[in-house]
Formats: sequence, structure tokens, C-alpha cells
Amino acid sequence: MTQTDPLVEIRGLNKYFGSNHVLRDIDFSVARGEVVCVIGPSGSGKSTLLRCVNLLETPQSGTVKVNEQELTDPDCDIDAARRQIGMVFQQFNLFPHHSALDNCTLALTTVLKKKRDEAERIARENLERVGLAEKVDAYPARLSGGQQQRVAIARALSMDPALMLFDEPTSALDPELVGEVLTVMRRLADEGMTMIVVTHEIAFAREVADRVVFMDGGGIVEQGKPSTLLSEPREPRTRDFLKRVLEPVAD
Amino acid sequence: MTNRGAGVGQRKTSPRIRARRIRAVQYAVLVVAFIAAALLADWPQIGRTFFDPGLIRDTVAHGLWLALWNTLVYTAGGFVLGLVAGTLLAMMRLSEVGPYRWLATIYIEFFRGLPALVVFMAFSLLPLAFPGLAMPLPPYGTVWAALGIVGSAYMAETIRAGIQAVPKGQIEAARSLGMSAGQAMWKITLPQAFRIMIPPLTNELIMLIKDSSLVFIVGLSAANFDLTKFGRAAANSNVNITPLVVAGLGYLVITLPLSIIVRRMEAAASKGR
Ligand SMILES: Nc1ncnc2c1ncn2[C@@H]1O[C@H](COP(=O)(O)OP(=O)(O)OP(=O)(O)O)[C@@H](O)[C@H]1O
Ligand SMILES: [Mg+2]
Repeated sequence: MTQTDPLVEIRGLNKYFGSNHVLRDIDFSVARGEVVCVIGPSGSGKSTLLRCVNLLETPQSGTVKVNEQELTDPDCDIDAARRQIGMVFQQFNLFPHHSALDNCTLALTTVLKKKRDEAERIARENLERVGLAEKVDAYPARLSGGQQQRVAIARALSMDPALMLFDEPTSALDPELVGEVLTVMRRLADEGMTMIVVTHEIAFAREVADRVVFMDGGGIVEQGKPSTLLSEPREPRTRDFLKRVLEPVAD
Repeated sequence: MTNRGAGVGQRKTSPRIRARRIRAVQYAVLVVAFIAAALLADWPQIGRTFFDPGLIRDTVAHGLWLALWNTLVYTAGGFVLGLVAGTLLAMMRLSEVGPYRWLATIYIEFFRGLPALVVFMAFSLLPLAFPGLAMPLPPYGTVWAALGIVGSAYMAETIRAGIQAVPKGQIEAARSLGMSAGQAMWKITLPQAFRIMIPPLTNELIMLIKDSSLVFIVGLSAANFDLTKFGRAAANSNVNITPLVVAGLGYLVITLPLSIIVRRMEAAASKGR
């Protein structure tokens, strides 16, 4: 792993929902080009951590820096900062009143003020990248879950982000559609995209991640190379969790 | 299991036969009611007072179209004003600023609770409170303002519900792409909310069409008569209900197609889900 300046740098992050202390003093950084998978039990704060990276959630204390820019600084133009951070949601969140193409062009024209034909060129390019060149005119309701999620990835990529955030991108998909989305993500990782992926797909983490982070109870319990962490975890909590997800038995 | 089986065997009539009997009784009641109405009512007299052919022709020829037009103008102005004020009130209801929320809530609950008749009366008496006050474009200013106030209270709730029916994830997706809160509202939330709002807004338009019959409170010259006032004036001078029936049909000509459109849209929406 390179020792150059990290793309994401989080220090002393605390997040409360009311009295619920959801993130406890998190320090976390991601190098340029690194692929980090975040795993952990439900309610451990994975989504919240991810949503703090682009400030969809506002932390009570701590700093979030992305690409040298401090998002938690009150003077930061948060809309401008978010343009370089793509986000992919569990529920896709495609805009149902727009075609696949317009889902991708909308932010290009309204946020980046690009001309219509240039926006369309970029959108087509990215829809092709996720293997949906022939679905440009389809509306989300006409697409399968896997196709919708790939459009969502293309939509985020159209903004040419420096960082991609994925929050359980395959959890809402039928099992037979998971593969096509993971394939797109694997290719993205191979192209050198910096990615933070919250996932329950341990096999994907093992294969694609440079680093795996295990969270529990609002903190990072353990992190390391996938080969080490997933095979010989040091912490008993990690071991318990992996045992549960790798050997799913009826409860 | 065996006990239940025995129970079924003991029942005297099956549910299907019972349902058929109940239906037969309902039809019988209906037939008796029709026969009673046919025998007891004085049909020629009813025909003369409600559907006098000569008077129908007379009513249609003398002023019906103008009255219909006036009703439409009163309603359209009230609806547009109500829509603008209603959108503003909905935004206030959803505001982060407490006092805006409270003001909007008070306004909405106040005017939804009042009979529209009372609002019209208050408006026609407004010059008492503000001597020298002249509403613009008499009588339209007063009518539009009164209808707009009544309509806005209902429309505000429809618009608020429509905005809130758009999933939170839509706004998050928009914001994560770098859109500002305003851009997300205009480009993502409102277009989706509007689709949800069309059927209830059309119902509110129908309601306003009917409420526009209250313009008589304001005091009108004959050229400004709406359907109801026109029908009532003609009915009084002819001592016959026929003109009022014609005026009533005038309302149905507008409201029935709207109702049918709403039904269609609601059916399409529930099928799409
Ligand atoms: N908007 C919110 N309001 C209040 N509490 C919240 C909110 N979002 C999350 N929480 C709480 O914060 C804690 C962490 O939630 P989070 O969604 O980050 O967990 P997670 O690790 O992503 O879980 P999962 O695997 O189920 O997605 C949970 O206790 C949750 O109930
Ligand atoms: Mg989550």
C-alpha cells in the first residue's frame, strides 16, 4: 500500500442519533486507488460511517477530509465537495421520472452546467461502461434490479468522481442478479477507482478488497488485508461474526 | 378436525344459499319502492315543474352560457390563487423554522374548519374593517380571494402530503450528486410529488367549482351571475324549478368529466404500483 497522502481522512468522528452513540471516535483513512470493504453486524454503524464521508449525515464532532478538502469545515461548499464523491445506495434510488440516460445527464446539466449533447455523450459512455448501452431510453420501472443498480453506478460515474461509496449495493437484489453488479464493481476496482464498499458479500471482499474493515458497536474493531482478516481474525468478535455469515444456519 | 366437519354438516343452509336469499330480499325492496313512487307521485306535475321543455329552451338561450362561463372564471382564479398560496403554506408546514410551521398549521386548520359560506360573508363585509378598501376587479377580486383562501387550506395539505410521499432516498441521491437543496426540490421532489397530487388536486378543483356558487353573497349584477344565481333568479321569476335543474346540469357538464379523469388516474396509479 502506498504511503502518499490519503484520499479520505477521518479523525475523531462521533455521531449520535439522539442519545444513541452510533459512531465512537472513529479514525479512518483510505489511500488513493484503494478498495476498502466494510463489514460488520446490522446496526454497527457501517452505513452511518459511509454517509458521514459525503456528509449525508452530519457528525457531532471530528473531521472528514476528502481530496484535501475538509467537508466538516463550516465554510466548505458541501454541494461542490459532493460532486467528486459518487454514492450507490442499497435501494438504487434512481429517479423514476427520468430515463436511464437522463438519470445520468441530470446532474451533469444542472450541477456541472454541461451542454446537453456533451452530457449525453458522457452518460452514454458510462452506461456502456456498465453494459447497458442498449437500455439508455428505458425508464427505471422497466429495468431489473440488477440493471437499475448498474444505471445507478453509471449515474455516479458520470460525475467523474474521485471516490465511490457503495452501501450494500447487492443486498436488495435477487440472488441471480448479484453477479452482474459485482462484475461491474470488480472492473471499476481494476481500473484503479478508490472505493469504500459496505457489503455482506464476503467472497467479493476477499477477492477485490485491498483492506477489510470490521465494525461493531460503532467502532472499528479490526482491519487488515482480506487474506488475514477473513481467514485468521485476531478479535473474538470478528471471529463470531465471520462464523455467522460464512456458515449460515437456521436460527 | 372431525368436530368441525360435523358442525358443517349440521348447518341448515349453506353460506351461498343464504347470500342468494339476502340478495333476493334487496331486489324485492327496490321493486316495491319503485312501484310506490310510480303510483303515489303526481308525475305530470313533477314534469312541469322540473322539466318544462319550453323553459329549458328559454334558459339555455338566455344567459346559461354566460353563467357557465362566469362560474368557470370564478373557479379558475380561485384555484390558481389557492394553488400558489397552498404551495407556500405546504413549504411553511415543512419548514425547519417552528413559527412558520405553527402559522401554516393554524391557517390550514382554521380555514378547513370554517364553512366556505362564512368566509364569503366575511369577505363581503371586509370594507367594514378596512374603510376605503377596494378589492381589485370587482367582483372578481373578492370572489377569487375568498375561493383562494378556502382552496389553499385544502390544497396545502395535499401538496404537503405529495412532497412527503416522495421517498427520502430520492433527495439523498440528488444531494449526493452535488445538487443543492433547491435543485433537488425542483428537479426531483416536486415533479414526482405533482404526479401524486393530481388526483386529489382535481377533487379540490371540483369542490371549488361547487363552492363558487357562494358568490351570490358578494352581491352581483346580472352580467356577473354564476350558474346557481342565474338558475335561482330564473326559477323565481318563472315560478318553476326547471331553470335550476338546467343550471345544475351545467355543473355536471364540468364536474363529471373531471371525476371520470380522476377515477382513471387513480386506477392507473394503483395498477402501476
Ligand atoms: N436516521 C436515523 N435516525 C435514528 N437512528 C438511526 C438513523 N440511522 C441509523 N440509526 C441508528 O444508528 C445505528 C447504526 O445504524 P447503521 O444504519 O449505520 O447500521 P449498519 O451497520 O449500516 O446496519 P445494517 O447492516 O442493518 O445496514 C443503529 O442503531 C440505527 O438504529
Ligand atoms: Mg446499513
